[in-house]
Amino acid sequence: MSAASGAASGGAKPSSSRAKPANKAEAAADWADGRLGIYSLAKSNLRKIFPDHWSFMLGEICLYTFIIIILTGVYLTLFFKPSMGEVVYHGSYMPLNGIRMSEAYASTLDISFDVRGGLLIRQIHHWAAILFVAAMLVHMMRVFFTGAFRKPREINWIFGAMLLILGMFDGFMGYSLPDDLLSGTGIRFMEGAVLAVPIVGTYLQMFLFGGQFPGDDIIPRLFTVHVLLIPGIMLGLLVAHLILVFYHKHTQFAGPGRTEKNVVGMPLMPVYMAKAGGFFFLVFGVTSVVSAIATVNPIWAYGPYRPDQVSTDAQPDWYMGFSEGLIRLMPGWEIRAWGHTLNLGVFIPLMIFPLVLVAIWVYPFIEAWVTGDKREHHIADRPRNAPVRTSFGAAWISLYLVLLVAGGNDLFATHFHMSINSITWTMRIAFFVVPVLTFIVTKRICMGLQRRDRDKVLHGRESGIIKRLPHGEFIEVHEPLSPAQLHKLTAHDQLRPVELPAAVDENGVKRKITRSQKLRAKLSRGYFGEEGQIAKPTAEEYREITSGHGHH
Amino acid sequence: MSHDMSEEKLPEHRGSEGHEVAVHDDPFADPGLPPHEVRRTDIDERAARRAERQVALLFTVSMLATIGFIASYVVFPIDQIVFIWPFGHVSSLNFALGTTLGAALFCIGAGAVHWARTLMSDVEVADERHPIEAPEDVRAKVISDFKAGAEESGFGRRKLLRNTLIGSMALVPLSGVVLLRDLGPLPGKKLEHTGWDAATPAKPIKLVSMNTDEPLKAEDVTVGSLVFAKPQGLSEASEGFQQAIAKDAVMLVRIAPEDIKDRPSREMGFDGILAFSKICTHVGCPISLYEQQTHHVLCPCHQSTFDLSDGARVIFGPAGHPLPQLKIKTDADGNLIATGDFNAPVGPSYWERA
Amino acid sequence: MKKLSARRRHPLAALVVLLFALAATGGLYAAFAPAGTAQADSSSQSLAIEEGKKLYAVGCSSCHGLNGQGGTDGPSLVGVGSAAVDFQVGTGRMPAQQPGAQVPAKKNIYSQAQIDQLAAYVASFGPGPVAPTKDQYDTAKGDVSAGGELFRTNCAQCHNFAGKGGALTHGKYAPALDNTSPKHIYEAMQTGPQNMPAFPDSVMPEKQKRDIVAFVRHTAEAPSPGGMDLGSLGPVTEGLFGWIFGLGALIAVAIWVAAHTSKAKKS
Repeated sequence: MSAASGAASGGAKPSSSRAKPANKAEAAADWADGRLGIYSLAKSNLRKIFPDHWSFMLGEICLYTFIIIILTGVYLTLFFKPSMGEVVYHGSYMPLNGIRMSEAYASTLDISFDVRGGLLIRQIHHWAAILFVAAMLVHMMRVFFTGAFRKPREINWIFGAMLLILGMFDGFMGYSLPDDLLSGTGIRFMEGAVLAVPIVGTYLQMFLFGGQFPGDDIIPRLFTVHVLLIPGIMLGLLVAHLILVFYHKHTQFAGPGRTEKNVVGMPLMPVYMAKAGGFFFLVFGVTSVVSAIATVNPIWAYGPYRPDQVSTDAQPDWYMGFSEGLIRLMPGWEIRAWGHTLNLGVFIPLMIFPLVLVAIWVYPFIEAWVTGDKREHHIADRPRNAPVRTSFGAAWISLYLVLLVAGGNDLFATHFHMSINSITWTMRIAFFVVPVLTFIVTKRICMGLQRRDRDKVLHGRESGIIKRLPHGEFIEVHEPLSPAQLHKLTAHDQLRPVELPAAVDENGVKRKITRSQKLRAKLSRGYFGEEGQIAKPTAEEYREITSGHGHH
Repeated sequence: MSHDMSEEKLPEHRGSEGHEVAVHDDPFADPGLPPHEVRRTDIDERAARRAERQVALLFTVSMLATIGFIASYVVFPIDQIVFIWPFGHVSSLNFALGTTLGAALFCIGAGAVHWARTLMSDVEVADERHPIEAPEDVRAKVISDFKAGAEESGFGRRKLLRNTLIGSMALVPLSGVVLLRDLGPLPGKKLEHTGWDAATPAKPIKLVSMNTDEPLKAEDVTVGSLVFAKPQGLSEASEGFQQAIAKDAVMLVRIAPEDIKDRPSREMGFDGILAFSKICTHVGCPISLYEQQTHHVLCPCHQSTFDLSDGARVIFGPAGHPLPQLKIKTDADGNLIATGDFNAPVGPSYWERA
Repeated sequence: MKKLSARRRHPLAALVVLLFALAATGGLYAAFAPAGTAQADSSSQSLAIEEGKKLYAVGCSSCHGLNGQGGTDGPSLVGVGSAAVDFQVGTGRMPAQQPGAQVPAKKNIYSQAQIDQLAAYVASFGPGPVAPTKDQYDTAKGDVSAGGELFRTNCAQCHNFAGKGGALTHGKYAPALDNTSPKHIYEAMQTGPQNMPAFPDSVMPEKQKRDIVAFVRHTAEAPSPGGMDLGSLGPVTEGLFGWIFGLGALIAVAIWVAAHTSKAKKS
C-alpha cells in the first residue's frame, strides 16, 4: 500500500498505465496484484458459479470438520505430553488417585479435569474426527452414486480415496495417544497384526515399537505421525482436491438449462461466500453443541493401559469397525510348517481390509473400461439410470454394514439377547450372501424406477383424480409433464452394449479376439443390454401416444 | 484399440451442434433456464427489512453467546457437576462452554446463510465450461518443445550419463532407509521367551497373586475360582513392568482333575490347578472371560474361545493355537512354583514361531 | 468344621444333621458377626432354620432335592453357604423360572427375613461362604481407586469398564452391575454364581472385595462430566450417536443452506 502511494506521490514516472485507484482498498488490491497477480486469478473465480444441492455440501462438511480438528488439535498439543514415562497420579480425578500410569494418560486426565475447557476441546476434536470420516464416506458415496467420478474427475476421486484412508488411520492413531486401557488394547491389536505379516513381521514390530510390546516409544512415535506427517500429507491432498474442484467446476444434476457445457447456480461472491462461509460456522457450532451434551472417549473411565488388563466392549472407533468385523468373522486358521507359522486368522483379514476399500476405489476405472466412454461428464447421473453401478455401490455398503455389525457382535448379543456365536456364524454367511442379494434387489429397484420414469414421460403423472368415463369406466387422470420435466427425465445417455468385432476382418484374415475383449463385451451386455437398462422413450413414441390419447 | 471400436456406438453428444436445430421437433428438448421467480424479500421492502433484522438478531445472539462463554469460563468451577435433563449429571463448565461456543458459532453461520438466502440475489446464472483438453495446436507445440528440450539435454543419446544418473537416484534413498535401522532391535529370540524362562528346577519362581502380591498356595486356588498371577519379583513399580507383564501374565484356574480331558495339560498342572498364559494367541488381548462351569475362556476383543479343560484348545473364533501353559508344582511350603517357561511362545503367532 | 463336613454324608436322620448344622451356623455367626450387632441366640436360629426348611420345600426342593443334594434340574446346594442363597434369592435369580443359557435376575419375591431363613437352612447343609455383614461391604470404607485397579484386573473383562455387563459364549452374559446392591456384589465375588468364577478370600481378601464394591457403586453413581455417557459401552454407541445425531444434524443444516428460498406468490 505504502509502495503504491509512494510511487504516486513521488512524482516518478508511473510504471503502469493503470487508472488511479479510487480508494484505499483498491490501492491495496492494486499493490497485491502487482506482486501476486490476484486480478487474473480472481477474474474467473470471484464470480465462479456453484450449483445448489444439499448433497454437494457433504464435501464441505469434510473440509470444515478437518479445519476444526486442526484448530482443536493444535490446542491439545499445548497440554498433551506424548510420553510413556510412568508417573503416579495425584490429580483431580479421585478414582485414579495413586494409580501408576504413563505421562500421556496423566496429561490427558489433566486436559479433561484440570484445564478449563480442555474437556470440551478434547471432545470437539474427537467428535469432529468421527464426523470427518463419516462425512468423507457419505461424500464418497454421493460422488459414486451420481457417477461424478467420471472423466475428468478420476484423479480427484483418487485424492479423495487417499484422504479417506489417511483420515481413518490418523483417527486410529489419535485415539491411541491417551494410552488408556481401550486404546492400548487397540495398539496391542496393531502389534499382533504386524506380527502376522509373513517373513518381516517380527522385524516390523521391533522397529515400530522400538523393542518388545509395549516399549517406551510407540506413543511419541504415533504422536509425530498423528500431528505432523499425516496431517501434512492430508493438507496437501486437500488443497489439490479443492483446486481440482475449482478447475473442473462442480457437477450438476440434469434439468432445464443445465447442460454438459455449462454450470448453473449462484456466484461465489457473494452468495457462496456467505453460504459456504456460514456453513463452516454452522458445522463448528453443531460440533460444539454435540461436544457439550455427549461424552466421547471417556478415557478416565477406561483406566490407564496395562497389557494384562482389558475391558469387554473393546472396539475401535466406528471407521475401523469394518476391519474389526473382518477379524471377528475370521475362523482361526493358522499354517505351521517348516519351522514357520503363518497366522491366517489375522493375515487374511489384514489383506481383505484394504481390498474392501480398493474394490470401490477402482470401480470408476473398471466402468470406464467397460463403457469405453472417453467424454467429459459434468451432468450427475441419477442413480437409477446406472443400475449396475448403483447396485455395486449398494452391495458394497451392505458388505460394509455386515462387517460393522460383526465388529459389534458382543453388543448385539447383549442388547438383543442373542448368542454371540450365532451372530458370528450368521455374519460369516451374510458376508458372502448379503452383498449378492443386495446387488440383485437394487438392480431390480433401479429397473423398476426407470420403467416408472418411462411411464411418466409417456403417460404423464398420476394426478390422484379419478374420472368416470361416459361408458362407466373409472380412470385416473394423468397430467402430462411440463417440458422441463420431460427433459429432465430423458436427459441421460443410454449406451449400447459393445459388440465383439467380426471374427474375420474385411481382408478375410482371421481376427484374434482376446479374452479381455470377450469379458468386456460380456460386462457391457450386463450394463447396457436388456437386463441392464430400460430404453428411454423416444420422441416418436411420445408423439404417437400423446396424439393417440388426446389430452385427459 | 478395444476402446475405439465403441466410439461410434456412443450416442450423439448432448448439446452438440445438431442439438439446437432439432429443438422444435424434439418433445424432450431442453427448454432452457426457467425465468427467475422473485422472493418476498425481493419485492416487499418490509419483508426485506424483517429479514435484515433477523440476520442482525442472529449476529447479536452470537455476540451475547461469546460473552456468555467468557462468563462461564470465569464463573463455573471446573469440578462442579449439575443435573441437566436429559443429559444427566454433567460438568457445568463443559456444558456451558460447549453450548455458548456452539451458539456463538452457529448464529454467525445461520445469520450469514439467512442473509444469503433472503437478501442476496438468487438469480441463477449459467457459467460456461471449457474443455479441459488442450487444442491440438497447443498439444503439438508442447510435445515438440519437450522433444527439443530432451534432445538438447542429450538424455537419450548419452546413455552413460542417463544410466549413472538413474543409478545414483535409485541408490540415494537407501541412506534414508539405513537410518531407520536403529528404530528398534532385531527380533532375535525375544518373542520366544518370557520372564518365567529364568525359572529352573534348582531355582524355581513362585507364582504371586496379582491382587495381593503374595505367593499363592495350592489351597488358595479353589475349584471354580479364577486368579491372576505374575512371577515373584515383578512389581508394578519395577522398571519394564509393562513389557514384562505383557508376556508373563498368568491365569490360574482349578478344575476337578477328573474333568480335565487333556492328559499332558493335567500333568502340567498341580492337583487340577492349571496355569495358562493370559495373553490371547490371536493378537494378544488379555483373555480372561472365564466361565467356571463350562471351563471356556473367551477373548473380549475377537471372541476366540478356548477350552481350559482340554489343553486350552481353540473351540471358536480367530485364534490359531491353544493358550500356552505353564508347568507348575508346589514347593515345600505349599507355594505354587514354576520351574521353566511356558510350553510355547506367548502371544500372537509370528513368522519365526516354530 | 471339617468333621461336620465329613459327617454330613453319613446317612443319619435329618435331626442329627440339623443339630450339627445348628451348632455350626451358630458358631459361624459368632465368629463373623461384628461386635455390637445383635447376635442370634440358638433358639431363634433354630426357629429360622425351621422356617427356612418350609420355604425351601415349597420354592427350591423340586430342583435342588429335598435335602439340597441336587438333581437333574439344579445343582447340589451342599456347601454353597448362606452368601449364595442371599445372592441367588435376593437378586430374584432363584427360584428359576425356566431353563436357558443363563438364569436372569428378576423381581425378588421373598422378604429379607424369609431369605435369611432360607439361607440359614441351606447353610445347615454344610459350611460355605457366609453372607457378609454390613461392614464388609461398606462402600464408605472402601478405597475406590484401589478397587478400580482390582476391577480392571479381575472384573472389567466380562462386566465392562463401567460395570455395564458384556457378552459371554452361547447367549450367556455378564450382567450389568448398575443396580446391584453392595451386598450382592460382595456375595457374587464370594460364591461365583452360575458361570462367574469365585474370588474366595484366599485370592481376594475381604478388604479388596470391599474396595471393588466401593468402585462399582462409585462408578454406577458417578456423574458423566462430558455429557451423556451413551451407555458407557465404548466407541460403538459413540459411532451410532455421531452418525445419527451429529452427521444427521449437519445434513439437516446442509439441506437448509442449499434449499431454494420460498418464492413470493405472484399477485
